[in-house]
Amino acid sequence: MVVSPPTGALAATERSSSPVALGDPAWRTVLEPLLAGGRSAGADLVEVFLERSDHLGLLAEQDSITSVSPAFGAGAGLRVFLGERDGFVSTNDLSAAGLRAALEQALGMLGLVLPVRSGVGFDGLPSLRDFAASKEGWLQACPSLAEATGRLLEGTDRLQAHGQHLQVRRGSYARDWQEVLVAASDGTFARDVRLHQSVGLNVLAADGDHRASLGRRYGTSDSPEDLRQWDVEAAAIDVCSSAGTMLRADYVEAGQFPVVLANRFGGVIFHEACGHLLETTQVERATTPFAEMVGEPIAHEAVTAIDEGLTSGAFGSLAMDDEGMEPQRTVLIENGILQRFLSDRAGERRTGHPRTGSGRRQSHAFAAASRMRNTYIAAGPHTPEQLIASVDRGLYCKSMGGGSVGPTGQFNFAVEEGYLIDNGVLTKPVKGATLIGDAKEVMPRISMCANDLELAAGFCGSVSGSIFVTVGQPHIKVDTITVGGR
Amino acid sequence: METTESLTASLDAEVLRQRLASLALAEGVRRWDLGASCSTDTSVQVDRGEAKQMKGAQRSAITLRVWNDDGLVGITSTSDLSDAGLARALAGARDASSYGNVDEIPDFSPLATAPLPVLEQPLSTPLSILTLLDTLRDAERDLLGRHPAIGTVPYNGLAQRSSDRLYINSDGACRQQRLSTASLYLYARAEETGRKPRSSGAVRLAYGAADLDVAGCVQEAAERTIAHLDYAPIATGRYTCVFSPEAFLDLIGAFSSLFNARAVLDGVSLSRRESLGEQLAVPFLSLHDNGLHPANVGAAAFDGEGTPTRRLSLLEGGVLRHFLHSEATARAFGVAPSGHAGMGAKVSVGPDWFEIGPTPGSSGGASGLDRFAAGSCGDDRGLVVIDSLSALHAGVKASQGSFSLPFDGWLVQDGIPRSIEAATVAGDIRTLLKAILGFEGPAKVTPDGLCPHVWVEGLSITGDA
Repeated sequence: MVVSPPTGALAATERSSSPVALGDPAWRTVLEPLLAGGRSAGADLVEVFLERSDHLGLLAEQDSITSVSPAFGAGAGLRVFLGERDGFVSTNDLSAAGLRAALEQALGMLGLVLPVRSGVGFDGLPSLRDFAASKEGWLQACPSLAEATGRLLEGTDRLQAHGQHLQVRRGSYARDWQEVLVAASDGTFARDVRLHQSVGLNVLAADGDHRASLGRRYGTSDSPEDLRQWDVEAAAIDVCSSAGTMLRADYVEAGQFPVVLANRFGGVIFHEACGHLLETTQVERATTPFAEMVGEPIAHEAVTAIDEGLTSGAFGSLAMDDEGMEPQRTVLIENGILQRFLSDRAGERRTGHPRTGSGRRQSHAFAAASRMRNTYIAAGPHTPEQLIASVDRGLYCKSMGGGSVGPTGQFNFAVEEGYLIDNGVLTKPVKGATLIGDAKEVMPRISMCANDLELAAGFCGSVSGSIFVTVGQPHIKVDTITVGGR
Repeated sequence: METTESLTASLDAEVLRQRLASLALAEGVRRWDLGASCSTDTSVQVDRGEAKQMKGAQRSAITLRVWNDDGLVGITSTSDLSDAGLARALAGARDASSYGNVDEIPDFSPLATAPLPVLEQPLSTPLSILTLLDTLRDAERDLLGRHPAIGTVPYNGLAQRSSDRLYINSDGACRQQRLSTASLYLYARAEETGRKPRSSGAVRLAYGAADLDVAGCVQEAAERTIAHLDYAPIATGRYTCVFSPEAFLDLIGAFSSLFNARAVLDGVSLSRRESLGEQLAVPFLSLHDNGLHPANVGAAAFDGEGTPTRRLSLLEGGVLRHFLHSEATARAFGVAPSGHAGMGAKVSVGPDWFEIGPTPGSSGGASGLDRFAAGSCGDDRGLVVIDSLSALHAGVKASQGSFSLPFDGWLVQDGIPRSIEAATVAGDIRTLLKAILGFEGPAKVTPDGLCPHVWVEGLSITGDA
């Protein structure tokens, strides 16, 4: 594989170094007075999150590049805790005066005032834990504009080669580079560089009154080679095959059925139905039915569920969370028994659940919150075929769309590609299905897990913004669930 | 002693223009335009009487477009408004222009210097964050006291914003708009012993936090939440449905690609160029996009290309009359830009604020509702009232016309409403627009537009019964 040096906008923008890189030792002299001042004002804890970002978005339609959208930015988020309360201020002004003004505003929210002299309760920052040291060259190692646009056009070309009745062919690519520096008065001082790339293909197939729109998106973290290694041929065949199948699919009949969910993005059911309810933000809001159920069964004994930030290259992996803590492998549910919650700094202070390296945020503009990373149901003993064979009449969900969960625990998600199961065999394709249910009721109904665990990249929007996550599972069987349709 | 927030957002358009003109000259860029914004925000959330989170933010952002010597366009966005930031953005945009779309090259809007509408938008002085906190705490306490089953208000927030946005270009256009806005939302969670938790809420907008209708928001949130306490499952089948104004506006918004020239040109709209003049809906339906409506709090006076905002007829008598346009799509259609553009390498197009109601001179479908008069529900199944729709991002396939969406609502049988436990409504937007029976009651102002209750027959409801 030939690695090309960056050219065009990427190289040009990266050569310019304003504002100063966060690895610069000078930041210590800016941050320590802020932390000391905040503590002297009476705050229990002061945290500063600094960020630089560099984004590139590309869009190819049919056989042309129709959008090249570079963006760069910098900012800070300052958070001050006093007891269980906190004040948070974000700003794009990274000057010492700008950061001091933001601190004063955050302190003022808690009725605190920055004193003339400071130093009480803060001994200075320790040595920097620098997770970024080996990542300095990542941005430059990413594909150049010429290379990236070329790959996308290759994608839309392959769609044309493999698809039929395609009215629209689209390829899109996003590259998000982020450098963060976290300093807190409890001695946290850590830096990291993150790189996320995702690439997707979408089609709209149309023939008379029949229409089908379908897409697939792939994503990795911390791999500059991602776009180069993308199997564009396989991706195009996958999308075109599904679009061709779904073009003339009938709408699903509504009702309550057993459902088999495919692996990979099928894991969105656990993410929405249960994962969000195991975040301490939900405990704080009293919106999870599981708040007092650690050690008790909340799912079928076939279910073991894990959230971690460690899988190499996965979209939700990270060297440290946005509060400077290294991620863990957190077993959420083991054989149906609730083990623990995902917790961040605020969650630990307010609920007592210890931090799990799950404090995450979209950017400096958001305070960190307990959020999922790579979340999946563990593999079971069965084959996918055994799951399907166990269903007399039901629905097989090969591909899922998005979903959401409400404040009462009710979840829903769309089925992008579905098939009826009759007498243990997949039959005709169906579209328009929505799975709806209640977490507490559906978790005990996941009765079979297959042995083919796979992960898929996704984006999760919640209290601290949109973040990169992985969902995953093997094929699973839900004994019965409400299927919305026509 | 309390003080008001001293930070307010402002941009100096002339200084920014001179800095950019100087940088562009040095870089050999002759044609450029820029959209910029800055804002200061403060917000609070509470949890059972305690401050949960207090937030402040100062934001700045620009998007810069340049035309290179070949006439191709490139852009870059940044939060860095320093000279170094502008220079870097200019260089980035010029490099990106090498990959500009040859087939569709944006131009300055011919209306970028046309007179702007005069908007009545009073600038309010921000309140102190502690005043916001007290206000929200009182509202939460009031709401919690409305019914014993209301235990928490898990989603709540009171926010205020001061913002400034501008558009300038190298041909001398200069648009600027200063604005202050405030918002309040309260979503309560109620639970009775042995029953499932229920939730609902309300939102209010105003030009300042002191002007928010807090009492009205509490009252509406309480009424909606309490009205869902007594629930029952619904049988799957086809029902006549009544959409609340909020729900119908959400649905129309999700399918706004029907009226979007960008989507038409891209082939992802259900409409085609030739669709103008076609009967899209029942003859008594009228639909306008009107960002200038006095009830549209925070209305933009101009779009991302500097084109003035205006009222535009989309459906009249159910017939498709106009599309929403940017400069580029308007040029492709041979019409004037309509003031609905964003700014980007590929300029997006989107609606502002819908007005939905009966076509002037029509009965608004009154005859269609006659069979439901005097408490009759038309058939034995009853009538489904759709109060709010959820998960539109997942359940709407705009390019196919289909939707399958969870909703909160009531089943009305023999004139008695009972909340529906959990259900989805599914259908096709084109079929729905032609299955509207009529409008009920006066149009209601919501954050997304103006609309009465809308009756539709024959929608598929999936329930648990």
